[in-house]
Amino acid sequence: MPRAQKIALAVMAAFFLLAPLAMYPIFLMKAMCFALFACAFNLLIGFGGLLSFGHAMFLGTAGYATAHAAKVWGFPPEFAILFGTACAAVLGLVTGLLAIRRQGIYFAMITLALAQMIYFYYLQAAFTGGEDGIQAVPRGVLFGFIDLSNVWAIYGTVFVIFMAGFLLIYRVIHSPFGQVLKAIRENEPRALSLGYDVNRYKLLAYMLSATLAGLAGATKALVFQLASLTDVHWSMSGEVVLMTLLGGLGTVFGPVVGAFIIISLENYLAQLGAWVTIVQGVIFVICVLTFRRGVIGELGSWLKKPL
Amino acid sequence: MANDVILETRGLTKEFKGFVAVQDVSLKVRRGSIHALIGPNGAGKTTCFNLLTHFLEPTRGQILYNGREITGSSPASIARMGLVRSFQISAVFPHLTVLENVRIALQRKRGASFDFWRAEGVLNELNAKARELIESVGLAEFETTAAVELPYGRKRALEIATTLALDPEMMLLDEPTAGMAHQDVDRISALIKKAAVNRTVLMVEHNLSVVEHLSDRITVLQRGEILAEGDYKTVSVNPEVIQAYLGAGHG
Repeated sequence: MPRAQKIALAVMAAFFLLAPLAMYPIFLMKAMCFALFACAFNLLIGFGGLLSFGHAMFLGTAGYATAHAAKVWGFPPEFAILFGTACAAVLGLVTGLLAIRRQGIYFAMITLALAQMIYFYYLQAAFTGGEDGIQAVPRGVLFGFIDLSNVWAIYGTVFVIFMAGFLLIYRVIHSPFGQVLKAIRENEPRALSLGYDVNRYKLLAYMLSATLAGLAGATKALVFQLASLTDVHWSMSGEVVLMTLLGGLGTVFGPVVGAFIIISLENYLAQLGAWVTIVQGVIFVICVLTFRRGVIGELGSWLKKPL
Repeated sequence: MANDVILETRGLTKEFKGFVAVQDVSLKVRRGSIHALIGPNGAGKTTCFNLLTHFLEPTRGQILYNGREITGSSPASIARMGLVRSFQISAVFPHLTVLENVRIALQRKRGASFDFWRAEGVLNELNAKARELIESVGLAEFETTAAVELPYGRKRALEIATTLALDPEMMLLDEPTAGMAHQDVDRISALIKKAAVNRTVLMVEHNLSVVEHLSDRITVLQRGEILAEGDYKTVSVNPEVIQAYLGAGHG
């Protein structure tokens, strides 16, 4: 890891460790869940060049699966999260097999269509509680001795999951697989002509992204003790695009910053009601027009160091 | 000697809606030769390349590589058999460095790179070989430069280094000197000559002096069909070829 990135990593870890002294832990946990979600999304578009417009289906599916497992089946939190994440991985495999056959806007449209099908299924299905969602999900006792109803216990757990997910994504980007993925993003026909079965690489990237988005959704369900339709709605798929663009597409730390900004806006401007969407829209337009590389992308190019 | 033919097409045809791009092309490329495919614009040369590497599906006909039918094989598997193509527009990975560009090709030797859990440091063992290839095409000083920042001629050189990294048995080069300055043309043709030792090269080329200088055999295509075939001397005096190139009135 280059020095600039090591410093950024230390700053990020220190921030999330110290911030609860000054900010609401629940808000910070939400930010970490969305940061992981955005990082997972960025893995696919920033390094694989695939714009998914249906990533909410992984966030939401893992959330429902985790909530159901914890509440109805009485799974302990570690298995509930594992189960939710595994459901997202399977959904990633199935939808990936269909979606990666097409490129560009068609890929985005297929993922959107699949996500909408999933949304309407959850709207109708009995176990999701429809408009009410699955409420009062027990957080349980992690590994049999860490009671997650304690706010610091859950905070620590979310922090560890977030950091582990982040570092895993970092490793994927900087692995032999990541190199091939970048080559495919840069020039797909050339990668093909060098003998790489590009579709299999794309499928693996898509599945990894889906799984990690699922991990974010599963964790979020335990934090808020809730799984609801908000997380599978198409606007959530749009929001993660916004987070990633704002922070810096294809950067390592950008999605974390982007997610933090968007969650802060939603949180601190909540009294503006529907105006939040308009503020987000304005920010999006400004971002695209003036700093296209996103906050971290611009910072990185100013420092001449990739972040 | 059938063994001497590395690539053969039999009645290769590609029809697009209401238009025949390649018609009944039967081609034999001898092992170890440099074979040029020439012809006026729209003669079907690039389409031919796309058919050979299965970037396009032929409507009819067969393709045999080393005596084995590859008509239905996927582009990636054709490449893995040792038949590697280049592209008309320079095909580099723009935002990867020169070293990384070549290393992507060398990475093929590891087999499939699905190991997302391993650090990319394991690829450093390929660096020595990559540097050797980069040096052989005169790009040593650009090792850490992003490919997008290279001038055009250098990009083509990088592309050839990347292709050579696969150590292909046969290279298909699509207009390797197109759009190049004069000194670059000389460098690239010297490079092709060097690369063609122990290899077979099939190339599409417009620059006739390059064709004359490099190729052992020439096939002339016109409107998707083979018009003439032979060495440069035979082909260049063929009245039909002259007419195809210069138009009626010059024959």
